[in-house]
Amino acid sequence: MKKKKKTLWDRFTRSYLLLILLFIYLPILYVVLFSFNESKSLSNFTGFSLKWYENMFQDRTMLQSIYYTVLVAVIATVVSTIVGTIAAIGLSKSKRVIRTLVLEVNNLPVMNPDIVTAIGLMLLFISIKMQLSLMTLILSHITFCIPYVILSVMPKLRQLDDNVAEAALDLGATPWQALIKVIIPQIYPAILSGALIAFSMSFDDFVISFFTAGVGINNISMYVYSMKRYNPSVNALSTLIMVVVTLILILVNVIPYIREKHTKKEEV
Amino acid sequence: MKSFFRMSYPYILWIAVFIVAPMIMILLYALTRTGNSTLTFQFTLENFSRFLQEPTFLRVLVTSLRIALITTLFCILIGYPAALFIAGLPEKRQTMMVLLLTLPMWINMLLKTYAWRGILLNFDFESETKVFIGMVYDFLPYMIIQIHTSISKMDPELKTAAYDLGANQWKTFVKVTLPLSVPGIISGITLVFLPAVSSFVIPKLLGGGDYVLIGNLIEIYFLTAGDWNFGSAISLIMALIIIVSMWATKKLDRNEQEA
Repeated sequence: MKKKKKTLWDRFTRSYLLLILLFIYLPILYVVLFSFNESKSLSNFTGFSLKWYENMFQDRTMLQSIYYTVLVAVIATVVSTIVGTIAAIGLSKSKRVIRTLVLEVNNLPVMNPDIVTAIGLMLLFISIKMQLSLMTLILSHITFCIPYVILSVMPKLRQLDDNVAEAALDLGATPWQALIKVIIPQIYPAILSGALIAFSMSFDDFVISFFTAGVGINNISMYVYSMKRYNPSVNALSTLIMVVVTLILILVNVIPYIREKHTKKEEV
Repeated sequence: MKSFFRMSYPYILWIAVFIVAPMIMILLYALTRTGNSTLTFQFTLENFSRFLQEPTFLRVLVTSLRIALITTLFCILIGYPAALFIAGLPEKRQTMMVLLLTLPMWINMLLKTYAWRGILLNFDFESETKVFIGMVYDFLPYMIIQIHTSISKMDPELKTAAYDLGANQWKTFVKVTLPLSVPGIISGITLVFLPAVSSFVIPKLLGGGDYVLIGNLIEIYFLTAGDWNFGSAISLIMALIIIVSMWATKKLDRNEQEA
């Protein structure tokens, strides 16, 4: 009796979780399915076709939005990863008061609603007579990406044994060598995950870009937001992006695993 | 070793220009009158009093808070059982479920909301219902993961002890699991309620143009009306509400832990 009751409960919990997953994946399944739809219908799948993909590659503004999104995300990721890592290493060696203060300010863009960060940056650019452009967009992205890199790298730095870098210096390494050969290799995974978060934050951003980009510069989010009518080509675009994002996530998760296996083999 | 701390100087300069200065700009704009030249500041509180005296603005504020509150409530009601059930799975399946829940978080929120727009065009819901569906969809995974983390951190011996002392499953849940998962619920609330208050994409895409929340109001005053002073004041009021509610939830958490 008791056993039967338990399986019934199990069945209930599993169905509940299945429903949750269905809810979470519903828009994704919908987008992928309807990106191959022959007609413009939103409710009926009338037949397989690739025409929305063709439409997408003919839509210049859509392609341009992909270009700007990738360009800004790559620049923002590279710059914020370098600046953030250097800043985190510097902060880990500075006085406690300064570190706490800087980290508090560093947290502001993370905690603040995006729209507050966005209008603040917009007001700043306009006050210093900087016309909103691709440059202001990139500067804004770097600004909100660095905090995530620091938040990712800082905890790893705290775990580091100071004596190792100290030993490198005692053995005649310059501070620069100690940094490149000793500190960076030890915090490398944290830098990588910080860069990944920065890239995804920049790639997906809408609000801050919306307020800080110049006229005619649209990223994917801004393009989708500004569309007045429902356009099925967006389904094709979404499907492509989802495939790329999934591939990147698989790569990022699989490479360390393969490398680990490889080094283990070498050790044997 | 000591020379390393200089490496933080460029970033300190960066945050002074790009994080601190913008906050000061918002404050300055909110406290001054439109058309003030930079050299002759005239401080005024009229932007704030204008907001508080106009019933339309207050109504928008109340609607935003109500929607954020109901969204948070739904996320807890739907998300708590999910987190609890996930924690009851074998370990490998737990990791799998958490992975499946986090995967869609990497996909652009606007594209997911746009997909919902397509799905919901098939239904004859009111705009507010559509906004709720979009909001709960967007924030639910955060709530589930926060609660699941706090439940899975629990010492399983505590539950065994409760059973040994004669408590049944329900009583064990109410007296042991639920109180210990409160920190998870609270960090879930901060991850759901705060962004929900300021959200303006979901109401615009799913609720249609006539559906205005506080975020939309800020957008209108900055980009359409061009009244940055009033827009800054609205965003300061919103930020203040968010800070106060964050402080209140933290306080609640502390009291809970002391009790």
